[in-house]
Amino acid sequence: MTQPDRVTLPTPILEPAGKAPQQEPEAIPVPSEPSEIRRFLRARSSGRAADGTFGGLMLMAALSIFVIVALILWVLIHNSQLSIHAFGWKFFRTSDWDPVSGSFGALPFIYGTLVSSFLALLIAVPLSLCVSIFVLDICPPILRGPISFLTELLAAIPSVVYGLWALVVLVPIVRDNAGPLLTKWLGWTGLFAEPNFGVGMFTAGIVLAIMIFPIISSISRDVMKAVPIHQREAALALGATRWEMLRIGVLRNARIGIVGAVILGLGRALGETIAVTMVIGNHPDIAKNLFNPAYTLASVIANEFTEATGDLYVSALIEIGLALFLVTVVVNAIARILVWAVTRGASTRTA
Amino acid sequence: MTNALPKRSQHMERAVRLRRSLMNHLVTGLAILSTVIVLVPLVAILVYLVYKGASSLNFAFFTKIPAPVGETGGGMANSIVGSGIILAIASVMGIPLGIAAGVYLAEYGRGGLLGNMIRFTADVLNGVPSIVMGIAAYGLIVVHYKFSALAGGAALAIMMVPTIARTTEEMLATVPHPLREAALGLGIPKWRTIMSVSLRTATPGIITGCMLAFARVAGETAPLLFTAFGNNFWSFKLTQPMAALPLQIYVYALSPYDEWHRLAWAGALVLIVLIMVSVTLVRLYANRGTIKGGH
Repeated sequence: MTQPDRVTLPTPILEPAGKAPQQEPEAIPVPSEPSEIRRFLRARSSGRAADGTFGGLMLMAALSIFVIVALILWVLIHNSQLSIHAFGWKFFRTSDWDPVSGSFGALPFIYGTLVSSFLALLIAVPLSLCVSIFVLDICPPILRGPISFLTELLAAIPSVVYGLWALVVLVPIVRDNAGPLLTKWLGWTGLFAEPNFGVGMFTAGIVLAIMIFPIISSISRDVMKAVPIHQREAALALGATRWEMLRIGVLRNARIGIVGAVILGLGRALGETIAVTMVIGNHPDIAKNLFNPAYTLASVIANEFTEATGDLYVSALIEIGLALFLVTVVVNAIARILVWAVTRGASTRTA
Repeated sequence: MTNALPKRSQHMERAVRLRRSLMNHLVTGLAILSTVIVLVPLVAILVYLVYKGASSLNFAFFTKIPAPVGETGGGMANSIVGSGIILAIASVMGIPLGIAAGVYLAEYGRGGLLGNMIRFTADVLNGVPSIVMGIAAYGLIVVHYKFSALAGGAALAIMMVPTIARTTEEMLATVPHPLREAALGLGIPKWRTIMSVSLRTATPGIITGCMLAFARVAGETAPLLFTAFGNNFWSFKLTQPMAALPLQIYVYALSPYDEWHRLAWAGALVLIVLIMVSVTLVRLYANRGTIKGGH
C-alpha cells in the first residue's frame, strides 16, 4: 500500500485547438500525510493480511461442513466393522434379531421403516397438496397468514411432544374407536386385523404424517408459487376453470419440485426417531397387519443402544445407523436436486 | 356451419360444462376439507398440551429435582437448567461456525463449484436424522471419554451448522450490492466490508435463522440419548452426564405412572414455552438493536 508523492492527471484525449500538444500536463501535489479517514481505516485493519486471514477462516468454516459429513461417515464405518465383517450383506437380508444368541438381521427394521414412511406419505401428500392449493388460490387473504403460521407452528413442536400426545390421545383412539371400525370395513384386506393394541405401524404412520406435513406443504407451496403467473393467466384466458388452471398451469409445471418436496418429506419420515419409538410398539416383526407392533431403523437404535451389551450388539446397531445415514443422504440429495431444478429456473426466469 | 351441428352436441356441451364445473367445485371442496382435517390435530395438540400442562404445573416443578419412584411431587428444575447449559454449549460451537460458513457461501463462493458443493452438502446434512448425529457424537466423543453434557452439546451443534449456514447465506444475498460497492469504493478492505456492512445489514435475518436452528435443536431428544444421557440429580459439570428437558419428558412419557405422565405434560408445555419465549426475546432484542444502529 505505497502512495505516490505526486499524481499525474491523464492527458485529455481531445486536445483543445489552440494549445501545443507537447505541453506537460500539470502535476498536483499529493499530501504526504494520509487523510484522517484513511488513517482511521488503516488503524482498524492491516490490509491484505487481514483480508486473507478472514477469507481463509470463512473458507475453513465452510469446509467444516465436508469435514462433519466425512467424520460421521468414518465414525459409523469404523464402529460397525465388527458387525460388517460378521454378517456382510446378509445383515440386510435376514430377519433374525436375537441379541442373546448374537445373530442380527436388519430386515424387520428396514421393512418397518419403509412401510411406516410410505403410510405417512400416503396420508400426508394428498392433504398437504390440497392445503397448498387452498392457501395459494382458494382461501381468503385474511386466513392465509394464520394458516401459514399454524403450519409453521406444527413444524416447531418437538418430536417428543408429538410422541407424548400420540401415546396419550391417538393410541386409545386407534385402539378403541377407529381401529374396530377399520377392522369391520377393511378387515378383509388383511391390513387391519385384530389384535389391535393401539400401538403399531398404523399409529406410527399417522404420527409421521402429521410430522412431515409442514415440510411437504411449505416446499410445495414455494414450488407452486415459483410457477410464472403467465401460465395461470394463459390457462384462465383459454376459459379454464380454477381446477383446470391449477392442473394445466400450475401442477404440471411444478411437478418436479413437488416430487422433490415429497422426497424431502420421505427423508424426514425415514429418520424420525422419538415419536415413532413411542408409538410403534418396538417389536421386530414383518407382518401384513398394520395394527401389528413393528420397529424401525431409527427406533431400534433409540430403544436398544443404551442397553446393548456386547461389542457385536453395539456394532450391529451402529451399522443400522450407517444404513440410515446413507439412505437419508441419497434420498435428500435426490430431493434437493429436484427442488433446485424448479426453483432455480424460476429465479432466472423472473430476473 | 352452425346450423349443421346436430342438436346432441349442445347437450354434450352442456354436459361437459357441468362436469368441468362439478370437478372444479369438488376440488375446491376437497382442498377446504383437507385444510380442516390438517388443522384439527394441530389445534387438538396445542389445546391438549396447554390444558394438561397448565393443570399439572406447580411451583415445585421449577424448584425440585425428580422424586424417586412411588413418591409424588418432584419437578424438573435440573432438566431445565441442564437443557439451558447443553443448548448454550451447542450455540457457542454451532452459531459462529454456521455464520462463518454462510459468509463464505454468500460472499466468496457464489456461483463457484466449491460453493455449490458446500451448499449442496449442507442441505443434505440438514436432512440427516438426528439419531445418526447422536451415534456419531457417541462414536467420536463418548467412546473415548464418557457420557457428558459436552458430547450432547456437540451433537446439537453439528445439527445447527448447516441450517445456520444456509439461512445466513440467504440473508446476506438480500443485502443490496451497491452497499458493498460503496464500502469497497471507499477503500475499505473486504473483510471489514463484510463485517460492518453485509453482516450488519443482514443481522436481524441472521439472528432469526439462528433462533430457528436453536428452536429446532432445543426440542431434540434423539441426539442426547447416548451423549448427555440424562441425570436425575443436579449436575453442573460439563464432563458429566446431564439432565435435559426433552430426555426427561421422553423417560416420563414412557413410564407407567400417572404422576410421571402428568410431569411429562408439564415438561412439554414448559419446553415449548421456553423455546418460544427465548426465540421471541432474542428477535425483539435484535430488532431493537438494528433500529438503533440504523439511525
